[in-house]
Amino acid sequence: MKKEDVRVCILRVGGTNCDVETKRAFTELGVRAKVYHINQVLKQRVLQNSEALVIPGGFSYGDYVRAGAILAKGLLAKLGKDLERFIDEGKPVLGICNGFQVLVEAGLLPGFNGMGSHPEAALATNIPVGYRCRWVYLRHENRGNCVFTSKVSRGAVLKIPIAHAEGRFIFPRDKERRYLEKLYENDQLVFRYCDEDGEYAEGRYPINPNGSFHDIAGICSPTGTIFGLMPHPERAYYGWQLPDWTRMGSPPTYGDGRLIFESMVDYVVKSF
Amino acid sequence: MEYIARVEVSLKPGHSDPEGETTKNSLKELNYPVRDVRVSKVYLIRLEASSVEEAESLVDEMCRRLLANPVKDDYKFKVEEKP
Repeated sequence: MKKEDVRVCILRVGGTNCDVETKRAFTELGVRAKVYHINQVLKQRVLQNSEALVIPGGFSYGDYVRAGAILAKGLLAKLGKDLERFIDEGKPVLGICNGFQVLVEAGLLPGFNGMGSHPEAALATNIPVGYRCRWVYLRHENRGNCVFTSKVSRGAVLKIPIAHAEGRFIFPRDKERRYLEKLYENDQLVFRYCDEDGEYAEGRYPINPNGSFHDIAGICSPTGTIFGLMPHPERAYYGWQLPDWTRMGSPPTYGDGRLIFESMVDYVVKSF
Repeated sequence: MEYIARVEVSLKPGHSDPEGETTKNSLKELNYPVRDVRVSKVYLIRLEASSVEEAESLVDEMCRRLLANPVKDDYKFKVEEKP
């Protein structure tokens, strides 16, 4: 399909606060992105008329119960059928930060057994405890399954900021090794925290900013069409969003975050 | 009938509790002989049900569906008829 016909649904509820930046990222790429409240999505059956869904960052429902939990269960209860169809059609779903927490709580990521209602992972309180908002380095691990990183070469190091208090990715303790193997087998591992030179954090703080298991910052579904990550690519979209751009001789026009939106749009244009 | 459920959601044993750890350190700095702190969340839920058994089964479902993430949380609850 043509780029200008691509419709991106950016879902918001009370507490979402990164919807506008996310919309701007897509608009800049020449697609039709619109922010919808969950009730609007339900009433106007927006999912049926969209090619991509994004759950942006923020603090949906005040992060009560657990970050992302209320929106996750609400999504399944209110939009479960529509969402299932959307996913079955291979349409991409992106969860950024709180959106990643939602996808994990909804059982859509890692989604080893397809769409399930029980989470197979959790995004737990950061270690050390606290809200952390700063730039991190991510190493791209995917071997080609993830449709959101097709424009990023394997092993590339991306610089994108994080902003969260609950980003420690964990598996059930007794299944840690087995689930990690599955991530590799299915090519679901997308980003790991690393240093500037691409050396893995291996759990070391502050390179791994939250104590995530295996330095995991972002994973995708076995199909590669659902992707969640804790860092905010929409905050690394333009060169002037980089923290040191005024000190650079010639700052880049775009930041690394743009690659994720570009890859996603490219996939939709080619597939639908 | 109206029932009151007291639900406690806590981290599974063996799971790190950074909030508890930070609280423990703070209490130790205040010179209390504290060995460990674990943080739980308590929900007091008033609900309608036709029997205690039904109320218990509803609360159990609430825990499984929303209040606890089985990857890291344990939960327990007590249901009583509202006096």
